[in-house]
Amino acid sequence: MAKSKPIVDTGIHFIDGNMACAEGAIAAGCRFVSGYPITPSTEVVEHMAKRFPEIGGMFIQMEDELAASICFQGAVWSGVKGMTVTSGPGFSLMMEHVGLAAALETPSVFVDVQRAGPSTGLPTAPAQQDMMQARWGSHGDYEIIALSPSSPQECFDYIVTCFNLSEKYRCPVFFMMDETVGHMHGKVKIPDASQIDVLERQNTTRPPGEYQPYKIYEGSVPEMVKVGMGHRIHITGLTHDEQGYPAMNADAQQTLVKRLCSKITDNVDDISIIKTENIDDSDVVVISYGITSRIAEYAVNTTREQGINAGTAQLVTIWPFNDRAMMEIASKTKNIIVAEMNLGQIVNEVRRAVGNAVPVHFLGNAGGRTISPELMIGKIREVTR
Amino acid sequence: MTEIKSHPVDGLLRTDRMPHIWCPGCGVGTSVNCFTRAIEKLEMDLDKLHVVSGIGCTGRVAGYINVDSFHTTHGRALAFATGLSLSRPDSKVVVYSGDGDIAAIGGNHLIHAARRNVDMTVICVNNYTYGMTGGQVTPTTPDKALASTTPFGNFEHTFNIPNLVAASGGTYVARWTVFHVRQLTRAMVSALKHPGFSFIEVLSPCPTLYMRRNKLGAAVNLMEYFKESAVIENGADTRTVALNEGKTVLGEFVNVRLPTLRESYEERMKEALGEKFVPYEGSK
Repeated sequence: MAKSKPIVDTGIHFIDGNMACAEGAIAAGCRFVSGYPITPSTEVVEHMAKRFPEIGGMFIQMEDELAASICFQGAVWSGVKGMTVTSGPGFSLMMEHVGLAAALETPSVFVDVQRAGPSTGLPTAPAQQDMMQARWGSHGDYEIIALSPSSPQECFDYIVTCFNLSEKYRCPVFFMMDETVGHMHGKVKIPDASQIDVLERQNTTRPPGEYQPYKIYEGSVPEMVKVGMGHRIHITGLTHDEQGYPAMNADAQQTLVKRLCSKITDNVDDISIIKTENIDDSDVVVISYGITSRIAEYAVNTTREQGINAGTAQLVTIWPFNDRAMMEIASKTKNIIVAEMNLGQIVNEVRRAVGNAVPVHFLGNAGGRTISPELMIGKIREVTR
Repeated sequence: MTEIKSHPVDGLLRTDRMPHIWCPGCGVGTSVNCFTRAIEKLEMDLDKLHVVSGIGCTGRVAGYINVDSFHTTHGRALAFATGLSLSRPDSKVVVYSGDGDIAAIGGNHLIHAARRNVDMTVICVNNYTYGMTGGQVTPTTPDKALASTTPFGNFEHTFNIPNLVAASGGTYVARWTVFHVRQLTRAMVSALKHPGFSFIEVLSPCPTLYMRRNKLGAAVNLMEYFKESAVIENGADTRTVALNEGKTVLGEFVNVRLPTLRESYEERMKEALGEKFVPYEGSK
């Protein structure tokens, strides 16, 4: 019988984004995944189902996405790292437990390999239409973190970042892939395990009686705990006090919800990853994310060869939205184009952030196909004419 | 007023959260008393007992038991408990919730947790109504009974929950009432000791929102009814235990030992992967 693969499969691989995402999650320490099959995300969980039994992890296919999105949270509170994986329609069903994870402050990772919607839509075709749903999909006020990869290599690299951020900020962290990135094969370099920066779960070291699960001892994030440590924790989705007990009053609501939001909004600089190129003194900057950034890179390089002073900004982190970085881009260019595979989601965030500083143009579609390089080149020429 | 300073099971309750939210005459507290007696009797390691609830009056139980406990979302307690149970092979995970939570909104999770034979105990307090939201109809509300959403009487067929769970694959299935406290406690002991999916339906009065609306008197009248209508049939075919006027079939209906989800998983993997299989042990 062939030998088992090592836990971190160090080496150069030619794999698709979905598999790279699965390998990245494993490298980040994820050992429990609950999912429900949905195109175009299935390869992620199929890979987990194959890999986990040889590395002491467990995949369970649940009865629906409602179950899949809470089952792994039960595992997380037992002390392991967990995640769930889905696409559009399943993402809609998971919103209930996005809210739960926000309220309980469960370190949790949700992967959404986006397909074209609404409803069943085009199951096998890409889109970037769930960006606002990731931000606002569950009811109530809360903040989340969302990253978007543009290549199989980034699928590996940034799912690790997602896990680290979920541990650090104890909130739902979304990995907003899309069908094209998920199914695109490419070179993926998996470093040696010692070269991968992994933030392990930090449970409280305070003894029972001296620890409250939602008390802030330092910073703005409470200390994590797991069952069986003797603390006799009570964890509830109701508005709660520092002890974790239900607190049915408006003052407790104000205190809790403001902290759930500020722990993220006060740390945008720490969370945010934005890759810019050639933005200084440019005539136009194309702001994009996910697979659209690959197209933007090609279009900008092509138009630069034709003498147009164009640059790119790839939003690896979408949420929390980095207003200041947008202002900085606006201060360095004459035009902004926001390109995304939807009819206008992140473009409105950019417009809100930059105000009237520079014109913000939009290039989008209703999903189902990537934005063609020709269209993007045309748009760059049009706004710089 | 007499001051009550302590209670024999105080150590198992979050006394700092008293008084609880349950109405006078409600049976949920009685069932909790039985539950704490069962824990005592088994001398369970409290670090290895976790209680998970959904939403509703019974869904508040997790907040009063002094063990690591979770108050999750409506209907999804069993799915949360599945992840917790798989990750804590040495612990006992108990789901404590009501008929609306478990049999209506959580119905899909109930049948699949039973089918998988997940190692957990489910205590489902059936008071025939949604109490927390004001007395709406549930899948267990009796025929023609009034509820705030069936003002002219219930016209839907009702669930026979023990039969549903047994048919789905539950390996321990019992039904008792909050009148039968000794039997209920004993059943809880058996359920907690049972490896795999154990389920107890606990019939219980909701005097405030079910009985009053249906002019059934006070809680004590339903307790009398439980006593008079009880027919104890251990091992009864669950197809015959539907709740009918004048006859309340009680007892331990199913008690079989079958591989739990974890056991089935490990057996399959060992067979398929041999030495390469590394069991999932959670965080230990």
